[in-house]
Amino acid sequence: MASKAIFSTLRRSLTKPNRAVSRRHHLSTSSAATASEPYAGDEHAIVMKGVRISGRPLYLDMQSTTPLDPRVFDAMNASSIYDYGNPHSRTHLYGWEAENAVEVARIQVAKLIGASPKEIVFLSGATEANNTVVKGVMHFYKDKKRHVITTQTEHKCVLDSCRHLQQEGFEVTYLPVRTDGLVDLEMLREAIRPDTGLVSVMAVNNEIGVVQPMEEIGRICKEHKVPFHTDAAQAIGKIPVDVEKWNVSFMSMSGHKIYGPKGIGAMYVRRRPRVRLEPLMNGGGQERGLRSGTLATQQVVGFGVACELAMKEMEYDEKWIKRLQERLLNGVREKLDGVVVNGSLESRYAGNLNLSFAYVEGESLLMGLKEVAVSSGSACTSASLEPSYVLRALGVDEDMAHTSIRFGIGRFTTEEEIDKAVELTVKQVEKLREMSPLYEMVKEGIDIKNIQWSQH
Amino acid sequence: MMLRQAAKNALGLTSRQSTPWSVGIFRSYHENVIDHYDNPRNVGSFDKNDPSIGTGLVGAPACGDVMKLQIKVDEKTGQIVDARFKTFGCGSAIASSSVATEWVKGKAMEEVLTIKNTEIAKHLSLPPVKLHCSMLAEDAIKAAVKDYKEKRAKTNGAGETSQA
Repeated sequence: MASKAIFSTLRRSLTKPNRAVSRRHHLSTSSAATASEPYAGDEHAIVMKGVRISGRPLYLDMQSTTPLDPRVFDAMNASSIYDYGNPHSRTHLYGWEAENAVEVARIQVAKLIGASPKEIVFLSGATEANNTVVKGVMHFYKDKKRHVITTQTEHKCVLDSCRHLQQEGFEVTYLPVRTDGLVDLEMLREAIRPDTGLVSVMAVNNEIGVVQPMEEIGRICKEHKVPFHTDAAQAIGKIPVDVEKWNVSFMSMSGHKIYGPKGIGAMYVRRRPRVRLEPLMNGGGQERGLRSGTLATQQVVGFGVACELAMKEMEYDEKWIKRLQERLLNGVREKLDGVVVNGSLESRYAGNLNLSFAYVEGESLLMGLKEVAVSSGSACTSASLEPSYVLRALGVDEDMAHTSIRFGIGRFTTEEEIDKAVELTVKQVEKLREMSPLYEMVKEGIDIKNIQWSQH
Repeated sequence: MMLRQAAKNALGLTSRQSTPWSVGIFRSYHENVIDHYDNPRNVGSFDKNDPSIGTGLVGAPACGDVMKLQIKVDEKTGQIVDARFKTFGCGSAIASSSVATEWVKGKAMEEVLTIKNTEIAKHLSLPPVKLHCSMLAEDAIKAAVKDYKEKRAKTNGAGETSQA
């Protein structure tokens, strides 16, 4: 009797069409932006995680990831179906065809950064590349080299790998940055020791978008004969990258930041002068022995096509994105005061605009901007109550660090999306400033910095 | 019937909107919080120097939360007749202070001192990481009442000395 009930429910559940996973495939957000009023009827409203939004939000978070370029998708689609052979199989046509596809992609990636295809190693992403380089180089040279130099604004994976090395007994210097986010070259020069095994400085910061002086840093490293590693995940395809000009020995690249697929990345490892590193993944010796494992052919193909497209369209993208960035910044500054750009405005990648709105808290602003997909460097959005470490490294005042919002502009962002984002942001900031006691105090002429706050 | 229900439970088919995604760690706001954020009640200011107003200012911008709660007290009855708030803080902080202003209205001062942060947190279903917002709201209420009492003591004292 009991089993009958259980089995009948099981049968009914397995044969019922699964209505729970119904996704609305509205790919373009620009069509949503052009509608001047939010959809009045309930039929378009989306309710998720307690939030009700009138339609799909505008996507302005290009630093966290980018949508797949349709041309990349076409290449990946074809490759998934046809190139199913294992690219490391030497004995038959299927393996040769897959290997061919991988080698074509390797050339495409190498061209983007001015390297030779023999110096490119594919792996699962920039995080794996960063881990492999930082740990692999130091482990290889652990007898002679015990010191690593990096900056305080690096990506978490580099900082965490360095912390792991510290636990193993290596020494790490975390260079501070100036208030505009750039590394102080004199400090770097002074920090280099005879036993420095690696210098790691990211090319474009993912949070504030500043571009470090790569050529100068490369020159300093060459002088002192220290290998130079850069996390260029946010840089390739967006700013001109040349491994010879920058004199890098290692570079980390990521597919999903340049309109390519997720789950794929590459590592550039210089061959002349040769630098050695210990692999993180041991196995059959694929990828020059530096990363064993079967390559996901269609991911590699997608990454290659994304790199080629980025190379062709870099100049055009830059013009378009710079124009949109100015539109966004001017649009917001016209209507609001107390808007601060975090990080240098000159040495910056245009697609990353990190703004602080004084007297307004970041998480409450994000809650109000639920129709715009952006991210914030505020404490409340991280698990601890501390504001983002990058903003703190910039020396931003604690109350301003809580107020930052990062707008990411990309190849597919439209002017209507920017205008709508400006409109929504201004509206929300004004509403929150009405509610803010700090704004009221400033308007009355009280200096907030001189008040004794009751801490908790 | 019950066995069927049990079977359904076992297979995870009970919830009407069976979402395959797991609910986020702290990203899922309770609808009460969102309601208070979208339609905040009692935002505004009273005149700080008015003797019937008590102002409580708590928190610190460094922590990311500052709350200002003002109560208007009827001098004869000692009842709070109106309240206003202004908050610099996340959605939960705004909602906590908004709820605080709603709850103090129409109550006696001694009564509002018994409002506990746990009640506010429960009403808004605040996750553990946001409990400090409700604590701050409780502190704001207490600070406002204290300020009003201090003001009264000062004016009374001044009144006495002027009479004598």
